Amino acid sequence: MAEPLALGRRPGVIPGFGMTLGFTLAYLSLIVLIPLAGLVVRAASLGWADFMAIALDPRTLAALRLSFGVSAIAALVNAVFGLVVAWVLVRYDFPGKRIIDAVVDLPFALPTAVAGIALTALYAPNGWIGQYAAMFGVKIAYTPIGIFIALVFIGIPFIVRTVEPVLADLDREIEEMAATLGARRWTTVRRVVLPTLVPALLTGFALAFARAVGEYGSVIFIAGNIPYVSEIAPLLIVIRLTEFNYAAATGVATIMLIISFILLFAINLIQAWSRRRLG
Amino acid sequence: MVPFQTFRSRPIGRLAAGALFAAMASLPLAAVPAFADTTLLNVSYDPTRELYKAYDEAFSAYWKEKTGETVTVEQSHGGSGAQARAVIDGLDADVVTLALAADIDAIAARTDKIPKNWATLLPDNSTPYTSTIVFLVRKGNPKGIKDWDDLVKDGVQVITPNPKTSGGARWNYLAAWAYANDKFGGDDAKIRDFVGKLYRNVPVLDSGARGSTTTFAQRGIGDVLLAWENEAFLALNELGPDQFEIVTPSISVKAEPPVALVKGNADAKGTTAVAQAYLDYLYSDAAQKIIAHNYYRPVKPAAADPEDLKRFAALKLVTVDDPQFGGWAKVQPAHFADGGIFDQIYKPGQ
Repeated sequence: MAEPLALGRRPGVIPGFGMTLGFTLAYLSLIVLIPLAGLVVRAASLGWADFMAIALDPRTLAALRLSFGVSAIAALVNAVFGLVVAWVLVRYDFPGKRIIDAVVDLPFALPTAVAGIALTALYAPNGWIGQYAAMFGVKIAYTPIGIFIALVFIGIPFIVRTVEPVLADLDREIEEMAATLGARRWTTVRRVVLPTLVPALLTGFALAFARAVGEYGSVIFIAGNIPYVSEIAPLLIVIRLTEFNYAAATGVATIMLIISFILLFAINLIQAWSRRRLG
Repeated sequence: MVPFQTFRSRPIGRLAAGALFAAMASLPLAAVPAFADTTLLNVSYDPTRELYKAYDEAFSAYWKEKTGETVTVEQSHGGSGAQARAVIDGLDADVVTLALAADIDAIAARTDKIPKNWATLLPDNSTPYTSTIVFLVRKGNPKGIKDWDDLVKDGVQVITPNPKTSGGARWNYLAAWAYANDKFGGDDAKIRDFVGKLYRNVPVLDSGARGSTTTFAQRGIGDVLLAWENEAFLALNELGPDQFEIVTPSISVKAEPPVALVKGNADAKGTTAVAQAYLDYLYSDAAQKIIAHNYYRPVKPAAADPEDLKRFAALKLVTVDDPQFGGWAKVQPAHFADGGIFDQIYKPGQ
């Protein structure tokens, strides 16, 4: 704890602190910061009044509300069911476990447009699943429900893969101890298991949420893309680009960036707080 | 630990390894010009895949015979607007064959790669083939769709892509507009109301023409697809003549998808002569025959196979240069720009 200075001097396997930090800064600048700065600079060319006009345009607002709203719901649903999946994978052995384990990663690897087309084929009113929903008068594809399904699909691995290692590290003896002290099963889960998982769950939630907000390929095929109804913010950016209106496109992108940053920052704070409090 | 130390003790070896790696990495790049023949990149829009697949073969054969040079043509397809933007942003196209003149105008206006007067450099406004917008309906035409009036009725679902992202969709929009203009004698408010009603019957606004065809034909959504004539024929042939029918409206738009040489790129690559020949050959009898065979209307019908010509129904066609539109330079900002007429008629609650 009390040796931050030694960090730079301690001989390590990796070349010195100065070099690695220098590399880190240069690399991050090149890959992340400069492109983002370019985005902001281009948006700044708009001027404040134009920027606010784009930000407060009802169509932009509708698209942002849809993107962030559905992403949040999808990430929440993933947090619940991803936890169940992770639980099953860590705690139980059953035939085919490895296959299920691999399937969880598929949304990571699949090109999102392929996922979008496959999901649309499934959930369209004449698709395998869509036709049964249609019998009950429920439309899935070409509504916000379709967007929700696409976003759940691409978000699930983030929860499973962040919760899994923490769950694996969780000592079963602690649970047994709680039991010997008279805790019922639910009390144990609520007061012992869940608090330990909260930071990991929050991380997974934040990752799934961030990914969903920026998602394009898997969504545009299933969304229907009706302005004010099922038009996501990334599509609006592409529309602005197709109008050769680079400034408005970067304007919407910058707004998304700002909102995402604030949300992720807030999630990080909650995470740090919960780690201090519970971890 | 050990491998790292051995590495550090031999910096010369590492340098040499790095240099060797760099040399190997650059080898394929250096080797290409020595062996490869000319390669052209044709940046086109969505529904021309089949046409240019056939045309490129014909042109390569023609050029080989004429000059002995082997030409490979690479194709890039996508939404017309997105393709134009890619060329503006640096996609190395030798020629562009896009869905509308406005997209080529946009490249000419934003880069110096295409001269401003490009449309005058080739015959027929630089348009070697035209097309129009027709309706594709389900077999037996269950909703009895005959003309544009039927598309604004309650309970009819119309499939068309988004005019913001698709060139074909802009032709769809203009075709509907031309009909309404005729019907209401140029009454602007009534025309807007008509087109607005039509778009409120659209349940899915795909981002490109192919996406809309898929939505209609394979997902079974909607009662009528507004489509390029060639796209409608393709859908009919490939997805089932037993499932769809083409309905020709009384009036439609003469869609002119133009072609242009991207002079800036071709000059830099040294392909100008071939690229120019590639475009010129589109007007040859042989090419016109291929064009008609791929369901585009040839500008020289005499060269086409009469069997192919028979498929094109006669109907009243309005061009974008008609006074009601005034050309792309006027139509584009007035209708499709941010806040333009399309945006106005698409506001919710109207």
